[in-house]
Amino acid sequence: MDQLLQHLVNTLILGGTYALLGVGLTLIFGIMNVVNFTHGALYTVGAYLMYLAVAALGLNFFLALPVAIAGGLALGAVIEVLLLRPLRGQDIDTTMLVMIGAGIVLQSSTLWTFGGVAKAVPSPFPQAPLQLGPVSVSWLSLFVLAGALLLIGLTYALINRTKLGLAMRAAFQDADTAALMGVDVRGIYTATFALGSSLAAAAGALLGPVYVVFPQMGQLAELKAFAIVIMGGLGNVTGAAIGGFLLALAEEFGAGYVSSGYRDAMGFLIIIAVLLWRPTGLFAKAERIG
Amino acid sequence: MTRLLPVLLLAALAALPLALGTEPYLLNALITTGILTIGAMSLNLLLGYTGQLSLGHIAFFGIGAYVSALTSLGFDVEIGFGYRVAHEPWPAATGFLLAVAAAGACGWLIGRLSFRVRGAYFVIVTISFAEVVRLVALNWVELTQGPLALTGIPAFTFGLPGLGSWTLRTKLQNYYLVLGVGTLCYALIARMVRSRFGRAMRGLKENEPLALSVGINATRTLTVAAVVSAAMAGAAGSLYAHYLRIIDPDVFLFATTVTMVIMVVGGGKGTLMGPVVGGLIFGLLPVALRPVMAPEAQWIVYGIVLILILFLMPRGIVPGAAALLARGRAPRAGNTILKSRPAVQR
Amino acid sequence: MSAAILSVAHVGVRFGGLVAIADLHFDVAQGEIVSLIGPNGAGKTTAFNVMTGFLKPSQGEVRFRGTSLTGLQPHEITRLGLSRTFQRTSVFPDDTVFENVMIGLHRQGGGMSRTLLLDALLARTRASERALRERAEALLDWVGLAGRAGEKAGALAYGEQRLVGVALALATEPAMLLLDEPVSGMNASETRIFVRLIRQIRERGITVLLVEHDMPMVMEVSDRIVVLNHGRLIAEGRPEAIRSDPAVIEAYLGQGSAARRAAAGAREVAHA
Repeated sequence: MDQLLQHLVNTLILGGTYALLGVGLTLIFGIMNVVNFTHGALYTVGAYLMYLAVAALGLNFFLALPVAIAGGLALGAVIEVLLLRPLRGQDIDTTMLVMIGAGIVLQSSTLWTFGGVAKAVPSPFPQAPLQLGPVSVSWLSLFVLAGALLLIGLTYALINRTKLGLAMRAAFQDADTAALMGVDVRGIYTATFALGSSLAAAAGALLGPVYVVFPQMGQLAELKAFAIVIMGGLGNVTGAAIGGFLLALAEEFGAGYVSSGYRDAMGFLIIIAVLLWRPTGLFAKAERIG
Repeated sequence: MTRLLPVLLLAALAALPLALGTEPYLLNALITTGILTIGAMSLNLLLGYTGQLSLGHIAFFGIGAYVSALTSLGFDVEIGFGYRVAHEPWPAATGFLLAVAAAGACGWLIGRLSFRVRGAYFVIVTISFAEVVRLVALNWVELTQGPLALTGIPAFTFGLPGLGSWTLRTKLQNYYLVLGVGTLCYALIARMVRSRFGRAMRGLKENEPLALSVGINATRTLTVAAVVSAAMAGAAGSLYAHYLRIIDPDVFLFATTVTMVIMVVGGGKGTLMGPVVGGLIFGLLPVALRPVMAPEAQWIVYGIVLILILFLMPRGIVPGAAALLARGRAPRAGNTILKSRPAVQR
Repeated sequence: MSAAILSVAHVGVRFGGLVAIADLHFDVAQGEIVSLIGPNGAGKTTAFNVMTGFLKPSQGEVRFRGTSLTGLQPHEITRLGLSRTFQRTSVFPDDTVFENVMIGLHRQGGGMSRTLLLDALLARTRASERALRERAEALLDWVGLAGRAGEKAGALAYGEQRLVGVALALATEPAMLLLDEPVSGMNASETRIFVRLIRQIRERGITVLLVEHDMPMVMEVSDRIVVLNHGRLIAEGRPEAIRSDPAVIEAYLGQGSAARRAAAGAREVAHA
């Protein structure tokens, strides 16, 4: 029972960042119809920006976080303008391959710059965990969960309460009509990609101090983000948020009760299972032919 | 021209060791390039001819490598409930055949899947499949030694009863083995593509509803293409295992799939020579770059090259060069038909 | 009139709550040329997609030469001898016209479906390949595209792409051909040529069912006309009877001006 509670708490902590990763990816997927293969690299970049700001520049931990997020925002905007904007109207396979190329460039650049040795980001929180009865949880983890939930909440507010969000929702429904109504669709795409990228960077910046920072950390994170998006449904922000917690649940209990070695396999098994059992439930209705 | 070029290239590759001597570093680069090029040719069957963006191709390669290695090394593992499966070592050539069969069987699964799951979902499923296989190779330590790697994999031995046997120990021997298997794969793909089967694949790629309506069975065509493609990748994996004689779960790295994708897309997807030319260029590029930059910097170059090709030469080097040649030969032939074009095309 | 080759028996199609076809019931007899007409959104293309297996009906069934098509895949229906053309995308755009027809001849040249790959691997195809090429040439000649054989199909003019589509459908050796708006976008002289082609197709013993908006053309070529509106059959009969049918006139006049012009066209032919 105590162990169960501990697993549930771990699920919550892990699920928060997973949800953050998934929300960013699903936004881009849903609004732009782009499978963002730079998502993992942006997550890595976020973590390294955090490391740079805190460990190398000696910036305050809580100030470094917005810096890392802003870095992801700016990098995302650059990628969109440079690579995706000229590819509008191209088939989805071409954009996927270009994004894979961009992801390789980003990941290899971090490897080249920082080397392959993992880095630790010092955190200002006390080392001793918080004990709540049988459950122990580190202060840093709690902060990470709170940060993730706050950012998801802000994203929700942005989409549902602002003019920018309204335009994004319009572009999601029908980009052509939105353009006719005077929405700057090109600008919306850049904003969407930058926003999604900043969420990936935020997830990296939050999790970096919990674990360690290394150049390949984004690879698994990216594949997990795909799993989350598939579970939640294309472009479904709420679905991705829930999917993040579901994946964390599967991993935590899979690792705890089945085999810890296969912890990371859970996401992929979920992807395969979901798509095999409910392939039609996950994409649009059959197109009219002729 | 199109039939002569492969023959010339084959002759040049066969003569290459004579010109280079047996310099081990270069020969090694050529062998691994050859093995990856076989992988790229097999990937092209899916990526280029059926239009299925399968990004889990490395799974078939790695499965081939592990099946072949384990067949020739033997194993003794528990499969649960106290049952054990033990296997005595078999010859490497048998391992090769089993590798082809096992990878082909996995290809059958992916082929069935490709009809149910389309587009971005298919891409993600194939990547996931490869990751799951990698995690199994990493974690089933009793069978695979996990990260400690399978070592002491025997080299290929070919024997004829009464004539004794012949073991491929040198790099030169392996070079010709890879060249031979590569040539065989090329010929096989060429035959398939030029046959009715090839027309069925092209039809499905260009206009699926129309292809169905002229009686082409999509499920069977895609499945057969996936099986052949995977089996060839498995063959390449087997060659890799018995050449290096050591494999670890890193044979499943996504980066290797990306290398093959770059070879196919860069060379020209959906063409016979594309993956061969792309394979040689991008397989040997590290040899050229090694003196000037570190491996991680080479990967940055690779990524930039992939992006540049997609932007500047989306059809790849071979079709691009062919178009240039054709333009050089017939300068003003293109403008004879200026009829009204359909307003709505696909 | 001989026995029915195609029977559409009380077919209904619903997409969620939307009724595309409520209840469609008609027969086509062997050797007939029948047109399926109706205002935009009447369910004509949906009906075609049901007959050729691209859509599953929510109710009812289609029978072709006595065989129920329920549960059959499009390629299986083609193999029974029911072939179709497409309204917009009637060619394999990246291949030459000749290769288009060669793809269309996929099923021909002996029942080798199970040994498709084996054929490719063993050199067993030479003779049958030559026979196929001759068939392809003959077909292109027949639809009048012999001179275009070497050109990319996607680069052809609109009317010519339609002809490629017809050649592709005929390559499957159908007993019946479904033509989806074959002359839309064609000019008057191209349409005349196409009407002649449809008659020649019938002379080859192939039954024809077409969906078309061009009323003069429909009136000229059809033996019989079936009229759909809002997913329901509202009239059925010979062209002259359809022209004066009050329900048909009402259906067309109730629509926008484009449909009204189409109906006017129909009346013009009536007075001619």
